[in-house]
Amino acid sequence: MNSPHIPKHIPSEGYIPQSRQREKPRKDYKWIGKNMKRVEDPRLLTGQAGYIDDIKLPNMAYAAVLRSDRAHARIKKIDVAKAKALPGVLLVMTGEDAKKVTGPTAQFASPPVVQYCIAVDRVRHVGEAVAAVVAENRYIAEDACELIDVEYEDLPVVVDPEQAVHSTGDAVLHPDRGPTNLAYRKTFSFGPVDDDFAKADRVVERRLRWARSGAQPLETVGAVAEYHSGTGKFTVYGNSSFVNYVGWLVGASLGVPAHKFNLIPVTTGGSFGSKLFTHKVLTLTATLARACGRPVKYMEDRLDNTMSCDNHGSDRIYYCKLAVKNDGTILALKFQVIDDYGAYLQFGYGTHGNSLCQIVGPYRINSVEMELVAVLTNKCQQGAYRGFGSEVTNWMVERMVDAAADELKMDPFEIRRKNFIRPDQFPYVIPTGNLYDSGNYPAVMDEALRIADIKKWKDIQAKGRAEGRCIGIGVATCQERSVFSATEFWSLNPLDTPGFQLTSSPESTQIRIDPTGNIQVTLGSPFWGNSPETIATQIVAEQFQCDPGNVNIVYAGTDSAFNSTGPGGSRFTVMIAGAIVGASVKLKEKIRRIAGQMLESSPGDLEFRDGKIGVKGVPGMEKTIGEVALFAHYFRLGLPDGDEYSSGLDASYVYDHPLTTMPAADRSHLGIFYPIMGHMCHMALVEVDPKTGKVKILDYVAVHDAGTVVNPMTLAGHIRGGTAQGIGSALYEHFYYDENGQLLTASFADYLIPTLDEMPAQIRVGHVETPSPFTEYGIKGGGEGGRMGAPPALTRAVEDALSRYGIRVDELPLTPRRVRSLVRATEQRQGRTPGI
Amino acid sequence: MSAVKVNVRVNGTAYAREIEPRMLLCDFLREELELKGTHIGCEHGVCGVCTVLVDGESTRACLLFAVQADGAEVRTVESLAKDGQLSPLQQAFRENHGLQCGFCTPAMLMVATELLEHDPDPSLEDIREAVSSNLCRCTGYFNIVDAVRTAVAMIKEGKQ
Repeated sequence: MNSPHIPKHIPSEGYIPQSRQREKPRKDYKWIGKNMKRVEDPRLLTGQAGYIDDIKLPNMAYAAVLRSDRAHARIKKIDVAKAKALPGVLLVMTGEDAKKVTGPTAQFASPPVVQYCIAVDRVRHVGEAVAAVVAENRYIAEDACELIDVEYEDLPVVVDPEQAVHSTGDAVLHPDRGPTNLAYRKTFSFGPVDDDFAKADRVVERRLRWARSGAQPLETVGAVAEYHSGTGKFTVYGNSSFVNYVGWLVGASLGVPAHKFNLIPVTTGGSFGSKLFTHKVLTLTATLARACGRPVKYMEDRLDNTMSCDNHGSDRIYYCKLAVKNDGTILALKFQVIDDYGAYLQFGYGTHGNSLCQIVGPYRINSVEMELVAVLTNKCQQGAYRGFGSEVTNWMVERMVDAAADELKMDPFEIRRKNFIRPDQFPYVIPTGNLYDSGNYPAVMDEALRIADIKKWKDIQAKGRAEGRCIGIGVATCQERSVFSATEFWSLNPLDTPGFQLTSSPESTQIRIDPTGNIQVTLGSPFWGNSPETIATQIVAEQFQCDPGNVNIVYAGTDSAFNSTGPGGSRFTVMIAGAIVGASVKLKEKIRRIAGQMLESSPGDLEFRDGKIGVKGVPGMEKTIGEVALFAHYFRLGLPDGDEYSSGLDASYVYDHPLTTMPAADRSHLGIFYPIMGHMCHMALVEVDPKTGKVKILDYVAVHDAGTVVNPMTLAGHIRGGTAQGIGSALYEHFYYDENGQLLTASFADYLIPTLDEMPAQIRVGHVETPSPFTEYGIKGGGEGGRMGAPPALTRAVEDALSRYGIRVDELPLTPRRVRSLVRATEQRQGRTPGI
Repeated sequence: MSAVKVNVRVNGTAYAREIEPRMLLCDFLREELELKGTHIGCEHGVCGVCTVLVDGESTRACLLFAVQADGAEVRTVESLAKDGQLSPLQQAFRENHGLQCGFCTPAMLMVATELLEHDPDPSLEDIREAVSSNLCRCTGYFNIVDAVRTAVAMIKEGKQ
């Protein structure tokens, strides 16, 4: 390893812990790196997935939720008499009723913003739950919701985040937290920002606006809950992915200890971050089940989900300053960010904690200052969406780099190349304290340029422009941090509220070999649309040198799983590899010991080969894993005494976060918290029709470095699918609230998820592999990739396409309407006929 | 609400049920017949994850009352695999990684089934036109298009 780069304001002594990597990256894998067909597919292709809505318990009843049509109002009175009288209705519950039996929902904000699974006294956004009905079927439950009379007293509605800072009186959403909608305001400074700005030849300034979009997986959130009064225990099925991480917190809201709350994961129809916790639905459904004494299913319908989900993403205004030298050297970045969190604070300021792990992008930027202004408004709360805030800072940093290039009249590729952290500078600590473990940014850009054939793109552009067409090229070179450590959730919290110790976010597995030699692997992390079974199977097959067909994957709920965080933050592949390697090492040691007895050889002379274990260099002197397994299960008494020979073949392992350290007490740095650093170069060639505002993507290239790739096919799937979502965020999708706080884009007819028609003909994907020195096999995460690179590449491409109009793009999404308004403004300024 | 009779053939089996006239076809399939392969995504006809074939035509099962399918032949994803063998389309989806979470997949398979029944040798544009009727949030659609193209080739070669 090179000597690390550590900024001067960070004490360098012992700053980077020793690597715990056991499996060094190598070239001769049998299963890793192969395009193995997915293990998950057959059941999904035949309609047998077992999603949450497919679960039906005996005697199950169905819930529906009455939601607020007001953005901000006091609940004066709720009359449920007519609803209760409807035949088939079993239970009607208001917020007051629910509060008597169930406490506030779990959350990560400190100090908390109190939230209940059904609103109490006041509604704070359109779509907030006001009452719930349980009935014999969903149709009756929805009928009953319509029979509930709610009397509201309207309160002033706050929708503009910059105005929210000044709210007073009845416009304050949570008066118990103080007389303001300002949830938090604090400046974080990392390195010699003022000195660096003093050295600058030029300061590039921009106001940038990132609009609220959301994950909107095609499956909504749901739960099936049962309460057993004899044991006092809940059994709850849910499509949360935090099942074995903080699932027990839902039990805490219900007033039962962790061992009285069994949360069972099911196959999940897409998440992209949106189903990390699903706590509101879990808490509500379990509350209803306990109250009505029958199992209850609650499935959000689409409007429930768009109006009151956990997947509205970041909603930010940036005021940015970038300090640059005339030769293009970037010195420092300073910004104020105003983030509209909506009515509640589910994950605290975690999306900004997240952003700070890669806030300088791939560039040698010496210092950073962020003033965070978090506000509360009458909108749905933010949750997590692919990128968890870093997709926004990727866009912001790339916008600023493009702005600097324009002001300095530099080529966008060249200014990036000039400022890249060089391959020989890793491991590289950035000003916020986070570590970039490894990388080769010029190689990624070169590969993108090669795949795109940039000369061809420039020819197409030149020819098109000669014909009067608006054709543009955009490039983005962005970071893709992976393997979150929980630091991001709390490092920005006020220092006077309760603090945290260094937090791991572990992942576990249990591996059992049955008497016939087949391997059963238990995951504590659920399927949420990724490929956990395929990835785990490939790694287990690699460990045991066995046929992947001999591996079976099952999922565990809170009653039996060991500590597991679940997918999210592009962590799963790295973490499950760590857990599998850990368990396999233990299990292989036992197999060696037993096989050594069977073969009368020393365990150290044995190797795993082709589903067998045999003496190195002696072909034929071997036992199948099945033979050893049968012996281990039934004939243990033929082996020596000692616990190391006890019957059976099983091992479990909890793999902790590979590399995370404490923030400085004064937050002059945040420690190492997201160090497994992927990288990407996205390039877009677009044509814009200035008369209609339509953006057509002519070609698209995405090259990613996710370290050692376990399955190139599924990684490419994430890159392409994530890019499609990035296209949505950049060009179409917007949760748009009007001045009354009404969500005007609540349906899929108005909230525009890209169809195939909005896609380019292809997204050409490339991989560069810079293995991590800290993870097993050198794997890095890649689950969020595409969405973290597409918005800046497309924004620049559109800006470049419209260069003749001198347009600067500072706001997303670039809908036809917005593009037209930008063009129209220029035309009017130039005194030309505005057109339609 | 009084029940009405509905007679419908689903995947080759005749069913007679008494149901509320307002019951949606998607709920009928899922709740009355326990065919869970037809999913529900938006209930306003946009996403298409509930798509089934009614008398051979792709149909949003969330926009049709079950009684409107009286006398019709309905086909769902459960009809595709035979004797435990994936159909060529299903195999092609797997080979091309045409699915991730799988929630839109049954509907995509039915859309593609309709397409290939109408035209066993569709152009790329025809395939794109068919796939563009439904939403997928995971894949970006590219591998779905490739899967349908692969299936066309497999069927042509008589591969199963």
